[in-house]
Amino acid sequence: MTNLVTESKTGRLSLRLNSTMESVDEVEAAAEKLAADAGLDEDERFHVAMAAREAAVNAVLHGNEYDPAKRIAASFENTGAALVITIADQGQGLDPERLPDPRAPENLLRGTGRGIFLIRSFMDEVHFKQLHPGTELTLVKHLAAGRKG
Amino acid sequence: MALKITSREVAGVSVLDLSGRITLGEGSVQLREAIRGLIGKGTKIILLNMGDVNYIDSSGLGELVSAFTTAKNQSAEVKLLNLTKKVHDLLQLTKLYTVFDIYDDEASAIASFKK
Repeated sequence: MTNLVTESKTGRLSLRLNSTMESVDEVEAAAEKLAADAGLDEDERFHVAMAAREAAVNAVLHGNEYDPAKRIAASFENTGAALVITIADQGQGLDPERLPDPRAPENLLRGTGRGIFLIRSFMDEVHFKQLHPGTELTLVKHLAAGRKG
Repeated sequence: MALKITSREVAGVSVLDLSGRITLGEGSVQLREAIRGLIGKGTKIILLNMGDVNYIDSSGLGELVSAFTTAKNQSAEVKLLNLTKKVHDLLQLTKLYTVFDIYDDEASAIASFKK
């Protein structure tokens, strides 16, 4: 399936992508550009791009399980007050309340389980929505007053 | 930039010089194979020089942890050298800074294996 890119009149970029690592790179790049265009500093740009990448990895790897029949949907928007990134998959769904704390002593030596923690650490708001099927994450980074980019 | 790994030996310590990104996919697999290759050959002391690692994601962090545990299970040691600020901050944030022995200079890192 070919990827689809659309941009609305408000500048909201929407992507429908295949469940591949190339798509993860594309989401990361789009988030980096959104943050750069908004005038965020290097550390903030890194955090936003990384959070988006982690969400995309979750969608591709854990949600869609690299299934070529499933897509991920991502959108990127600067509302003036915030950067809003949404990433959705078509998988089994995710209960964020059941995710273990990767920093707990009993989990520290686990090889996985840090993605959502990093997303929550780097973004100001993180919202989960069950799509049945699938999960949509909304990542929000508040912008300082007067900064729109 | 994909992960590039070069290896050398200093005073009996296997040093892996890493450059690029350690992320899900090629980078993390390369690191895993390099570590396991060394341990499989009987190497007991491994130093990961991360001075040129400009990006690591959660999968990359997981790969570092796996390297640590794999080594420990084989009575080997893996230590870290020259963390960039980004990687340092990620290890602090995830509390992985408490897991690894981390050094800022190679001589001290090499010497630490002999204690």
